[in-house]
Amino acid sequence: MLGRFVQSEPVYLFLRSPAAMVAAVVAVLIIGGAILAPVLAQSDPYDLSSFSLMDGLLPPLWEGGDPRFLLGTDDQGRDMVSAILYGARLSLLIGLSAMAIATVLGVGLGLAAGYYGGRFDAIVMRVADVQLALPAILTALLIDGIARGVLPTDVQQDLRVAVLTLAIALSLWVNFARTARASVFVERNKDYVQAAMIMGQHPLRVMLRHILPNIMGPLLVIMTVDLASAILLEATLSFLGIGLPADSPSLGTLIRIGMQFLLSGEWWILWVPTLFLVALVVSINVLGDFLRDVFNPRLR
Amino acid sequence: MLSVQNLTVQFPGRFGVFTAIEDVSLRIAPGEIHGLVGESGAGKSTIGAAIIGLLQPPGFVADGSLRLGDTDLRALSPLQAHALRGKRISMIFQDPQTSLNPLMTIKDQLVETMQAHEDISAAKAVARAIDLLEEIGIENAAKRIEAYPHQFSGGMRQRVVIALALCTNPELIIADEPTTALDVAVQSQVLDLIRGLADTRGIGFLLITHDIGVIAQITDTVTVLRGGKVMETGPTAKVLWTPDHPYTASLMAAVPPLDRKLARFEMPDSDVTPIAAPPGQSAKDAEVWLTAGTQALGEGLRLEDVTVRFSGNRTSLFRKPDAFTALDAVSLSVRPGTVMGLVGESGSGKSTIAKVITGLVQPSAGRLSLGEAALPLARQRGRKHPSRRDIQMIFQDPFSSLNSRHRIGDILAEPLWLYGLEQDAGQRRKIAAAMLDLVGLSTDAIDRFPHQFSGGQRQRIAVARSLLARPRVLICDEPTSALDVSIQAQVLNLLKDLQARFGLTILFISHNLAVVRQMSDDVTVLKGGRIVEAGPSEAFFTAPQASYSQELLALTPGFRASAPV
Repeated sequence: MLGRFVQSEPVYLFLRSPAAMVAAVVAVLIIGGAILAPVLAQSDPYDLSSFSLMDGLLPPLWEGGDPRFLLGTDDQGRDMVSAILYGARLSLLIGLSAMAIATVLGVGLGLAAGYYGGRFDAIVMRVADVQLALPAILTALLIDGIARGVLPTDVQQDLRVAVLTLAIALSLWVNFARTARASVFVERNKDYVQAAMIMGQHPLRVMLRHILPNIMGPLLVIMTVDLASAILLEATLSFLGIGLPADSPSLGTLIRIGMQFLLSGEWWILWVPTLFLVALVVSINVLGDFLRDVFNPRLR
Repeated sequence: MLSVQNLTVQFPGRFGVFTAIEDVSLRIAPGEIHGLVGESGAGKSTIGAAIIGLLQPPGFVADGSLRLGDTDLRALSPLQAHALRGKRISMIFQDPQTSLNPLMTIKDQLVETMQAHEDISAAKAVARAIDLLEEIGIENAAKRIEAYPHQFSGGMRQRVVIALALCTNPELIIADEPTTALDVAVQSQVLDLIRGLADTRGIGFLLITHDIGVIAQITDTVTVLRGGKVMETGPTAKVLWTPDHPYTASLMAAVPPLDRKLARFEMPDSDVTPIAAPPGQSAKDAEVWLTAGTQALGEGLRLEDVTVRFSGNRTSLFRKPDAFTALDAVSLSVRPGTVMGLVGESGSGKSTIAKVITGLVQPSAGRLSLGEAALPLARQRGRKHPSRRDIQMIFQDPFSSLNSRHRIGDILAEPLWLYGLEQDAGQRRKIAAAMLDLVGLSTDAIDRFPHQFSGGQRQRIAVARSLLARPRVLICDEPTSALDVSIQAQVLNLLKDLQARFGLTILFISHNLAVVRQMSDDVTVLKGGRIVEAGPSEAFFTAPQASYSQELLALTPGFRASAPV
């Protein structure tokens, strides 16, 4: 089994693509760091009592900073390394769950639309068109606004992550729905699907067991690319202040906080989380491109 | 004129160097049509590509010499080779749909080609193009030349492609499966045209095809290829009817003859494994299982006045689109336990009949019955209706009819599970393995994926899947037209054996008259959604009644089992 995996086409291509390998290493480091944040980080950035204002605004180590803070501290005396690791953890969590919700929603609707066609397909696709016409930020603002209006204040704080995730998922599902629908149109006329239909198999079974595994290729590509979009979108929303508050900083919140220090000489507060975010998103996108090349040999 | 000596073509790849063509030599004289025949993967098209200098990278000519007249084709620079292509060697492709530019008129394409190779004024080029089109058999050429490719029918388009190949007066034309995408009537016209051009203009043709009938009809000499090596070469009549090489002989034995019905193709079933199946999983067990509870499996099938209309393209937003009648009051009846051959050209409605019977298409009128009972039409037929099991289908393309993400065992167990024929998963597996043995595959195939099998083996798996539903009626829609002749013979043998053993009722759909003759007891001929003729098979093939059937039979490139007199 392992031998077959090592011999397989994607692994072969991967070992011949330096860009994909570098991206994979960067992504694994960042994601691993985020998962292990409670172990790796020396302080908890959410615990205000654990840092002291005396340590505020220390530059990174190579700029003559304190040996306790590798990448320096912000104005609160918060360790940048810990803040970034926890921030990435939050960003990835929101990105992954938004992507998962968007996948289930989009692929489900796309499969059904492609399989049944006709009126159902028309309705789903028109809804998708409307969704595409609204910028993602607008959708997120709308959901955020509704949540603020409907939910009591104390629940609001607890549900911020959930609301943000939902808002991002709702602006990403269209990609999945469109791709799934187009792929189903191709697969539906293939003989193996016709055979399943002739046999009288349940439509759900035809869709999930027969069609879905055969359209996974393009969907996997979209999943990676959309994971990067979801992370960026979360950062954008947090940067604009409609995302997560400053006491539970994601990467976007960190960048927003850093903005105040852009021209003050304490450049690391802005640039360290920004570069970290760029590295994460670029490496995920490069991996997505690589996957697309694997599934679409003609583009190579 | 063209001389190929010891040609070797190699493709370096991930798993070492693959030698696609090995030590192939052939010569073509002016006015000669040289056939290149072989099964898929034999390297036919690679030889053509090597001659014209368009080998797909990373392929390259590793050895040998290619000479056209006095020119050494291997010594040419890329630029010189480019100038020679089209000028001295032209090419005709299989699919006339894609080998013409749909956005340019025929005139522009012809003039462009001529001006690329000659210093000729546009007016002169147009005049010559019109002459050429008239010679090629396009009426009213002066007017038709302004048309776009889509305004021509398939056969006419292939004529335009030939005109395009001819317009620079080449010495050699490479025709790669030039008639495979065409119906018989059109095919015979195009072949006549090629023969005529070779005779009157003295152009040499390299005709690449898998169809022995085409080879027999128009070639002077033939080269038989297998696995990139020449098996036999020589004058067509000699190679086909008194072959020296055993491979050629077995190839010829596998070709279905049009002029008689064989009981069985005489050939070794090469991909059948002789390994004995484990007890409980042998062909015998499958046979016992299949016939359990029933006497004979076959059941009669009747269609009465079935009419199918599809809505056509909408031409106006406010008008209802015109309906297209795919089947017009078609009635046919398949007697229980017999094979009905359904013949017709593309677009005649053959596959629509299969879809009506299997419930994929809703007819606008008509009745179906299976045995004594009425068979509900598509929308009225529930998912649990017993006919879902009684009627099974075998498809044309074995590469798309099996789900490539499932193991063979899962694919085969699906009908057993779905129809509740066997509750126990272990037992399902055993029956599936036994059925594999019955169709001539090794029982260990059960844990593999479809892509690990060849086309013929996949078709056997598809047959096994349909049998595992314990069907009464099998619909075979062009079950062998995607297969090579030798594999086709094996699959036809298998279907014949199964039919004889279990008395299945089979509706056998094919455009290939010779294959239909081998399989059927009765024949129905369709044309444009209507039945032209129906009757017992042998009577139809010896004395067809309708003029359309006579024409169809006369135009089929006749491969007769013996030399023509």
